[in-house]
Amino acid sequence: MIWNEKIECANRDEMRTIQTERLIETVKRIYHNVPSYRQKMQEVGLVPDDIRSIDDLSKLPFTLKTDLRDNYPFGMFTVPMSEIVRIHASSGTTGKPTVVGYTRKDLNSWSEVVTRSLCMAGVHREDIVQVAYGYGLFTGGLGLHYGCENLGASVIPISGGNTEKQLQLMEDFGTTVIACTPSYSLFLAEEMEAAGIKKENLKLRIGIFGAEPWTENMRKEIEAKLGIKAIDIYGLSEIIGPGVSCECEQQAGMHINEDHFVPEIIDPETLQPLPAGEIGELVFTTITKEGIPLIRYRTRDLTRLNYEKCACGRTLVRMEKCKGRSDDMLIIRGVNVFPSQIETVLLEMSETAPHYLLIVEREGNLDTLKLMVEVQEQFFSDEIRQLEALRKKITHKLQSTLGISVDVKLVEPKTIERTAGKAKRVIDNRKL
Amino acid sequence: MIIKQLTVFLENKTGRLNEVSQLLGISGINISAMTLADTSEFGILRMIVSEPEKALSILKDAEFSARLTDVICLNSPNEPGALARALEILSGESVFIEYLYAYSMDNKSANIVLKPDNIQKCIEVLQKHKMELVSASEMYKI
Repeated sequence: MIWNEKIECANRDEMRTIQTERLIETVKRIYHNVPSYRQKMQEVGLVPDDIRSIDDLSKLPFTLKTDLRDNYPFGMFTVPMSEIVRIHASSGTTGKPTVVGYTRKDLNSWSEVVTRSLCMAGVHREDIVQVAYGYGLFTGGLGLHYGCENLGASVIPISGGNTEKQLQLMEDFGTTVIACTPSYSLFLAEEMEAAGIKKENLKLRIGIFGAEPWTENMRKEIEAKLGIKAIDIYGLSEIIGPGVSCECEQQAGMHINEDHFVPEIIDPETLQPLPAGEIGELVFTTITKEGIPLIRYRTRDLTRLNYEKCACGRTLVRMEKCKGRSDDMLIIRGVNVFPSQIETVLLEMSETAPHYLLIVEREGNLDTLKLMVEVQEQFFSDEIRQLEALRKKITHKLQSTLGISVDVKLVEPKTIERTAGKAKRVIDNRKL
Repeated sequence: MIIKQLTVFLENKTGRLNEVSQLLGISGINISAMTLADTSEFGILRMIVSEPEKALSILKDAEFSARLTDVICLNSPNEPGALARALEILSGESVFIEYLYAYSMDNKSANIVLKPDNIQKCIEVLQKHKMELVSASEMYKI
């Protein structure tokens, strides 16, 4: 089902008209209400009247995460606090949290885009949706929650963690849709196996997974283990939260709700916009938000856009699964390494579980890369030469993919810490 | 003839072996033979225990990576040249041995635990040459 066919299947000209109208209005508003935006525009000699169409978007200055931090907590809000009805904040692993505020209208838009996303995923009103994203300051839980209610599905607001309870409700309530991080879904699958719960005895049919990067191989594993269709949902709290984009049942890229969030792809070095189809950093401009509109916000996520009409009938532009981030790139002995590359290598080898931990150390002047990989139980051999062969295979594959040597260490299953939130994949112990 | 050997994957970390022996000890499981093969990174602990299935589930519950492996046990006279004779027979019939470990029971006999590449063939060869194989029930009792 397509929730908002008029928008989701609009032709390009119609969409550009909507975007132009909304962009012009947004720019006027921020120029007059947010001193930091006004100052940035003045620095490059721009006034609101210079923005006449969506094509003028690239004239505007970028917004960075540091802008939000510098104006902590509410300095970027465009409306008085009396208009703000909800506040969310990012986890703030590196310094102060990033704070966002929503007006009543913002919450309605958010519900709208999440509802569209759920419909893309194939969810309908009869579904029972277990929302196992954290509820609270994190946008995952409440974002999904209001989208489900808006759709008319039955929500189980269980929040994250408490795995035993998750499984119990899944069985007893006949949950048909699970929403959580992809790594937590694999953890649930493991725990199901341990508890002797068979996927055939559950009614699960769809999983809505986001908040961390995952690969196609991880999708295959989740789909096989839980017997579901695994759908990728994308979002970030700065833009709105989950529902910025989501895959449809074609699983061929995530449809961006571009009547609310206009995407661009830029070269992270030159900051110049790249033509459609090229991989670069994803940049969003929010054109309906009132609480905290963001102009050309740099997400640091690397991806590409596809403007072709989808087989599902939607014309909303699609973004590919993120290829990594323009800022989590590790430079090891002068070689650029993305943790996602390592994940891809590991997942190509059926023998290894997707649980791994990358540890970067500096010994003397030499950076070393150590990879801890959990050996799946069914592979565990009682012969050392087979385990050594597995270790060598991983080592060689990584060496040929990355161009640097990696010290691979096989560890016991469940050694690497699992969390209900984002999985920690990299520990960088270098003091740089 | 086939004996269920308990195999455990261990990381080279202090206390892991101790944990295994304690878990089995408090559950009243006796270890009649054991060997620890180690590499620089990890070790493989192989044991013959009184109740292999029970021991396996105890270790799995404690989140150890463990499994049962089929091995056989040859009883051989405890005298010079006895092992050589047995191995001569096996190599003569092209039976490849993955690993073995042995222990003397007393002055008279010794037990040799074998993991051959083809366990059925190995049993046939040894029986054909009238070598004495220890039964599983006897092994678990020791």
